Amino acid sequence: MTQLPALTDKKLGLVIDLDTCVGCHACVVSCKGWNTENYGAPLSDQDAYGADPSGTFLNRVHSYEITPKDAPAQVVHFPKSCLHCEDAPCVTVCPTGASYKRVEDGIVLVNEDACIGCGLCAWACPYGAREMDQEEKVMKKCTLCVDRIYNENLPEEDRQPACVRTCPAGARHFGDFNDPASNVSTLVAERGGMDLMAEQGTKPVNKYLPPRPKTDAQPEPEIDILAPLLAPIASDSKGFLGWLDRTLDKLPGA
Amino acid sequence: MHPAPSIIVFTVLSGLGFGLLAFLGLNMPDVSGWVLFVFFAVGYGLAGAGLLASTFHLGHPERAMLAFTQWKTSWLSREGILSVACLVVLGLYALLAVFFDTKLGWLGALGSVLAVATVFATSMIYGQLKTVPRWNHWTTPALFLSLSIGGGALLASKSEFAGLVLLFAAALQIYAYYDGDTRFKARGHSLNSATGLDTGPMRLFEAPHTGSNYLMKEMIHQIGRKHAQKLRLIGMGFGLILPAILLLFAHVGHVLVVPIILSHLAGMFVLRWLFFAEAEHVVGLYYGKHG
Repeated sequence: MTQLPALTDKKLGLVIDLDTCVGCHACVVSCKGWNTENYGAPLSDQDAYGADPSGTFLNRVHSYEITPKDAPAQVVHFPKSCLHCEDAPCVTVCPTGASYKRVEDGIVLVNEDACIGCGLCAWACPYGAREMDQEEKVMKKCTLCVDRIYNENLPEEDRQPACVRTCPAGARHFGDFNDPASNVSTLVAERGGMDLMAEQGTKPVNKYLPPRPKTDAQPEPEIDILAPLLAPIASDSKGFLGWLDRTLDKLPGA
Repeated sequence: MHPAPSIIVFTVLSGLGFGLLAFLGLNMPDVSGWVLFVFFAVGYGLAGAGLLASTFHLGHPERAMLAFTQWKTSWLSREGILSVACLVVLGLYALLAVFFDTKLGWLGALGSVLAVATVFATSMIYGQLKTVPRWNHWTTPALFLSLSIGGGALLASKSEFAGLVLLFAAALQIYAYYDGDTRFKARGHSLNSATGLDTGPMRLFEAPHTGSNYLMKEMIHQIGRKHAQKLRLIGMGFGLILPAILLLFAHVGHVLVVPIILSHLAGMFVLRWLFFAEAEHVVGLYYGKHG
């Protein structure tokens, strides 16, 4: 059903810490690895070893440069996947009911057997979270690893999305935003978690933690007790270098 | 957006076809027998060809029947239902009118309403998308409807009315270009808002991958920008203004109407191509576009 639930029992989603992400793309690889062989159709590649390779990914990492006026420039690595929006425009536009938002946990999923591959949901998503698989001709998107998080065949520590489990920097967090005491709710409250493209009114569940400002990136100049010993010793050079020094000094425009 | 030929053909032909059917349902022109049959055949041919072309855009057309289920929220689903309802209702009306010389006015009127509603639903598939500010505006349904009614009137030999509607559509199109050109920025979309980071000017430092992807080919695709202004004038000139002038000021018989229709069609294909080619999707911001 493409009608959105007014409330979901749980509100599962991710917190992505832009301060911590090092841009290693490990989440991209683990996501592709898990999801190409589990939920639904595989994530195909086209011309993978050729001149124009492309493929279906559910998670991609962009990198941006910010140049604040009064602070040093900053590079921010920016992982982006489905934000499992509360007001998900991708769900309501779907003509077949293939797209839906689960009442029990708020995960937005595609029933691939009902997908006609019209692509309208991808057009409706501001975040580029949905990609049409060019081999299977159905819409693929992040499932929040719905086949891991409830999977009792996996050890308990593995029952979280593949991207979160794999992140070597600890920049990705998974939890229930409906629970004010959860790890994700706490992080959002403490670090000022923010929405992407809030003006689109999608009410994304996933939140991003802004990078901490780099205002004190340049420390106070240190006093070096060896400095006097390291001063240049040759105050009056002789020989060829001395001649060169004096000659260059005489040239205009120095 | 990528101007997919199947969608351009679909929206132009079905718009024209449903426009003609709307007039036929209102008994305009007032003809009967084989003449009426030919009019209906043209209307059904255009609408049908358009709907058929639209299925070429689907990855799994064999599941198309499912698209009739989600009318509560989806304009695409509503369009499917309305178009089939229109074709069934007017099919019955045409059958009685052509072969039994019985014109059920209420049935035809119902079919006309459904035809106009179908075009409105088509326009709302695009007009609803907040992600494409150029489309997300009342001018989109207004344009689709006036173009469809103008084209339909042209095919239904309502020359003066067609001329007036096409002139109105041209004015509307100019306003849509004028207002649409600045809407992306006016809505406040920027790389800063897209990332939630507002500490300073931003630019794309590195893309997620060196190659292309579905999103870039489908939504971030930029084409025809260099000639956009010329193409706008060509599309409006041949599609709307030239036909309107001829329809209003020349005595249009059955012969002259053919080149006018062809001119209108050619212009409409240019305008509809531009409608897609010029549309900027907000996802482009993440890829360093529209900044």
